[in-house]
This record gives sequence, structure tokens and C-alpha cells, in this order.
Amino acid sequence: MNTFHLSNSASCLLEVVVLPFFRFFAFHLGLIIEYYIMLHIKTPKSLRAKRAVEKRAPKLVENGKTTLILHGTKTSNVLNDVLTEIYHLKKDNSVKYSRRNDNIRPFESGGETSLEFYSLKTDCSLFVFGSHSKKRPDNLVIGRTYDHHIYDLVEVGVENFKSMKSCSYDKKIAPLIGSKPFFAFIGEGFENVEELKHLKEVLLDLFRGQVVSNLNLAGLDRVYVCTAMSSTKVLFTLCALRLKKSGTTVPRVELVEVGPSMDFVVRRHRLPDESLKKEAMKIAPELIKKKEKNVSKDAIEGKIGKIYVPDQQVGNASLPFTPKGVKRERREAKAKGEDNKHAEKKQKQHDDVSA
Amino acid sequence: MGDDDQQHAGYQIDLGNLTAFDPHHQFSYVPDSREDLVKECIAHGTKLIQAVADALFNLPSTEDASGPIVSLPPPSTKLPREKPLPKPKPPTKWEVFAKKKGIQNRKKDKLVYDEQTSSWKRRHGYDRVNDDNDIPIIEAKMTDEPGVDPFAKRRSEKKQRVDKQEKNRLHNLKEAAKVGALPSHVQLAATALPITGTQAAPRKVSKDELQNVAGMAATSTASGGKFDKKLAGEKPPKHDKKYRKFLPVVEGSGMGSLEKQQSDKILNKLMSKNSHEIFNVGKAVDMYNAKSNKKRRNQQGKSSSTSSKLKVKKSPYKNKSTKKSSTKGKSK
Repeated sequence: MNTFHLSNSASCLLEVVVLPFFRFFAFHLGLIIEYYIMLHIKTPKSLRAKRAVEKRAPKLVENGKTTLILHGTKTSNVLNDVLTEIYHLKKDNSVKYSRRNDNIRPFESGGETSLEFYSLKTDCSLFVFGSHSKKRPDNLVIGRTYDHHIYDLVEVGVENFKSMKSCSYDKKIAPLIGSKPFFAFIGEGFENVEELKHLKEVLLDLFRGQVVSNLNLAGLDRVYVCTAMSSTKVLFTLCALRLKKSGTTVPRVELVEVGPSMDFVVRRHRLPDESLKKEAMKIAPELIKKKEKNVSKDAIEGKIGKIYVPDQQVGNASLPFTPKGVKRERREAKAKGEDNKHAEKKQKQHDDVSA
Repeated sequence: MGDDDQQHAGYQIDLGNLTAFDPHHQFSYVPDSREDLVKECIAHGTKLIQAVADALFNLPSTEDASGPIVSLPPPSTKLPREKPLPKPKPPTKWEVFAKKKGIQNRKKDKLVYDEQTSSWKRRHGYDRVNDDNDIPIIEAKMTDEPGVDPFAKRRSEKKQRVDKQEKNRLHNLKEAAKVGALPSHVQLAATALPITGTQAAPRKVSKDELQNVAGMAATSTASGGKFDKKLAGEKPPKHDKKYRKFLPVVEGSGMGSLEKQQSDKILNKLMSKNSHEIFNVGKAVDMYNAKSNKKRRNQQGKSSSTSSKLKVKKSPYKNKSTKKSSTKGKSK
């Protein structure tokens, strides 16, 4: 317990504010000492700090999700390559930690505190955690966080990894960093098998980049192709996009394999709690498009609007001028007596309207 | 492939995410070599992407220097947010008042024309228009009291205004914090300040008292505060009572059978709790004897003869048993 420091008047303490009080009672030899906890406001002292804090604050329309790439106690060569390649694919919105983290075990109840702390520190809501053990070789845990707490996890094993460097292709078509990718999901497994459905959602979240409303069609150059080969295996590969001239406005699409290709073997997964899921999927009511009322489109006349005019209330209309004569009358009426007051007032108003 | 068109129709296209999903595809056979497998996947992927590109390039586009720009529809696959929705902040005191009165907010210019110097001066900051400190002479009004320094008065008024504004600002923050809609750059930190219930001056708590308080709170835990995490410098809680009372091995000269008394006490407590009709014969007899002795003494003292006959003779046993049993529950 800190030593409590008292003062007779609160005004001599700068910046100490009377904000929501919390009472603690300490019983001491039959005497009650009440402790009110005063709350102290902390604001950033520089504009740069303020901007940084506001960037991390919850918003209606969120910033793009950033990814944290890290690894556990032991990694294999394959896994190291996988992690570096994922980092290069997402260079503009990911953070890679190079040191090993021994105390992270995403699927255990206590082993995720470090992950949550890193997520809070780097403001990352996605993470890719690699580890290698005899039981689970080349293990990759892809997880999402909500409010810097673990939301859901998917554990996959990596097989048949083929790196970017081993593919040979024309350097001109190499995909640039930060371009919005296409996704092709093939296979009925993505709809029927729960784990694959979850993996599909997570992969989409991981690689899609920022949600944009305006897109430049010249900058489209990468395609992620995911094929469900069986109920547990997914072939994942990155291809470069080539748009070839065709007769119509729509160009002919050609895919050239450039990037890493690997097989994901789904091992474990954890779906989010129902209540947490419901909260995370909430859409702000301001963003839901409202239907315009009383507007309809007609083929002949075009856009038609309906206006409903309520009945005019002549007696209760607010006048542009205040009847000034009422004050004197009111004073005199008050002097005369209470019972005459209402009748006189009504009379006066009618007179003014007629005048 | 003949059923190309059929499959084409079955693709699920999400334009907002540039995604195409083919839910009907099945691998009837898996190609042996990896290259063939990859080729086949890419070929199938090409078909899907062509479908997306069809939809994409058919959107109305605007021409720009770098290329055609289309406006994408919002994505149809819903993905979870990364942070909770911000709560709408409650209106401030001024906002409530302005809305009620219908006051509109007007944008103010940075530069204001100063009549005195006939130049444009800034509204706030160095060398500003209508600076309070620059006024050299203040004319005395009829309502002014003599002996009051108008400059000091102005300064104190300004200070009051500033304090009032600060109070209002803090009140607004408090209201926002109650709802949970604190502005993102403001954080709260708790510091404790003790205040007594009345508005009297708070008593200075001594160091010993404070050290004991933590120990007292610790006794409410199941283990009596033995395993609580202690801060550096905090002493373990004091327990002035003995945990167990042991009888002396050798009885001193002045003490009677302590052990007998101890066991009697325990037994009485146990027995009296469990039964209601226990009758302490010894006690009843003593009480009766004492009472009858008293009566005899009184009777001998009195001379009248009618007293014994006319007096209602109370049956000694009837009342006494009920009276005695009612007192049995109480310990000695």
C-alpha cells in the first residue's frame, strides 16, 4: 500500500480531479476511515503522442489489420523460410519478431498472455506463430485477436514448401508490395468441413490487406489460389496476374506461379465464443445504409418523391412578432384578480390576430 | 470441359474482397506429381479469377492518370472487427444548452481587423486583438466602489472564468467516463486520497495504523493472509491472541481442577445446544431449599395465623421444573 498523503483542501493538488469515486472501508479499532479514490487524468503532452494514441483507439471504420509474425522455442529451416516469406508478402502491414519466445503456447489457457501483450504493444490484431516439435513438425498457428484478447486460432502444418526464390519467372510481372490480391477458393471442403471454413476465413483476413472503396485496375497483380484437396489438406500458392488483351473490355486473365506454394494440413482450431463473435461482428448502426423514404422511381417520369403535408393549425401557429400589448394587460389583470385573467388574455390574442 | 458453364454459374463471387469461391469442385483423382497438381489448381484458379475480372471490369470506371478507377461495393463476407465499437459520447453541458436555445456554431476567422491600429491582427496569441493586458486606462463607472482596483478585478474575473471552464471540462469528462465513452487521448489513473465522512479535516493516519490495516484485511482470506503477496517493506500481520490455550502442566496451589472445569464447560455447551429438557437436579434442589428456607424465616417472623391457610399454596414442583428447564440453555 502506498503511503496516503492528505491535504485539507483539494485545490492545492494540481491535476487531481473529482471523477467517479470508489469507496474503500478500512476498519481500525472500531473506527471507520473512508478512502475515496480520486481519479487523475492523463493526456498526451505532445501532438505526436496524441496522434499515436488516436491511431490505436477504436474507430467506426477501422484501420487495416496488422500482423505479428513470431516463433516459439524451436523452428526448422522450412518454418523459418515460411515465416520470412509471409513477412515479405505482407511487408507494409506486418511486424516480425526475430527472437524466440519460450512461454507462448496459444492453445493453452495461460500461454497466451505474452501474445496478448505483444498484440497490445504493436497494435496487431493478427498473428502467425511458428514452432517445430516432434509431435507437430513445422507448425503454424494463425490467430486473430479482438480487443487484444485471443478471438480464434487455427493450427496448420506446413508441407511441401516451395519458396519464392525457387520459382523462375519474368521479373516484370512480379507482384508489388501492398497491392490488393485476388482470392480463388476451390473445393467443396471449404463449405462442408468446419475447420476448412475457418481456415478460409482466416486466410482471407490475413492476406486481403486494407478494405478499399476505390480500386485502380492497373494495380492488380497477385492472386492467392487455395485448393481443398481433402478434408484436411489445402494447397496454397501465390500467382502473379497477367492481363492480356481480348476483344472485349474485359481482359483475359493469365496466372503465373511466382510465390511460395505450400500445403496446409489443418491440425487444431478454436472457434470464438458465441457472445464474443456476436460482439465482434457488430456493424455500427451509422454504417448501415438507410432506405430513402417516400422516394420511388418511375419509368416514365423518373424519380418521384412524395410529400405529406400535415393539417395547418391556425390557432397554434407561432407568430413572427410577439404581441407586445399583452404585458400591460396582464399586469392590470393581475391587479384586478385571478379569475378574470384567462378570459382577458384570450380576448387580447384574438384581437391581435384579427388586427 | 462440357459442364464449364454450369460450374461457372455456381461460383460465389465477393467483389469487395476480390474473391471467387467454387463450392462444387471435387478432386475425383489426385495427380501423382506435384507439378501436375499445381498446374491443375492454377488452371482452375484462372477460371475463377476470370469470372471475378468479368464482374470487376464491367463496373463503371473513371479514368485517372494512373489507370481506370472503379468504386468497389462493400465486401459480402463479414469478417470480425479488431476492436470494439466506439460508444457515442454524451453531449457536453454547452452542447445541451446550445441545442435547447438553438445556438449555431459559427466559424471564426484567424485574423480580425483592429480599429485602433487599423491593421489585421490575429485573434489569439502574440499581439492579439482586444488583449486584456494592453488596456492602459479603465474609466470609472458610477457603479464602481472606491478602493477597488479594476485591473485586479479584471484579472480575478478572468481567473474565475478559467476555473469555471476547467470545472465544466472535468464534469464533461466525468459524464463521458460514466458511459464509457472517454475521448481516446484521455486516460484515467487512480490515486487514493482519504477523506472522512464529514467535511472535517482528515485525521493523519499514523504509519503503524496503516501497517496494521493491511494485516486486518488479510485475516478475511481463507488462509488468514499467510500466503498473500506482500509489497517490499510490508511486515507480516500481527496476531496478538494466542492460537491455542494450553493448561499448565503442574497445577499451582491457588487453582482448582482446571482440566475438570475446561471439560465441563465444553460438555455443557454441547449438551445444552442439543437438548431442551435437561433438568439440572442439583441446581433445582438448591433453589428449592433456598426458597423454602426463606419462606420459613418469613413465616416465623410474621404473627398472623391466617396467612398459611388463606394463602394459595403453590405446588413447589410444578413451576420449578418449567422454570428450571427454561434456564438450562444458558451457560453458567
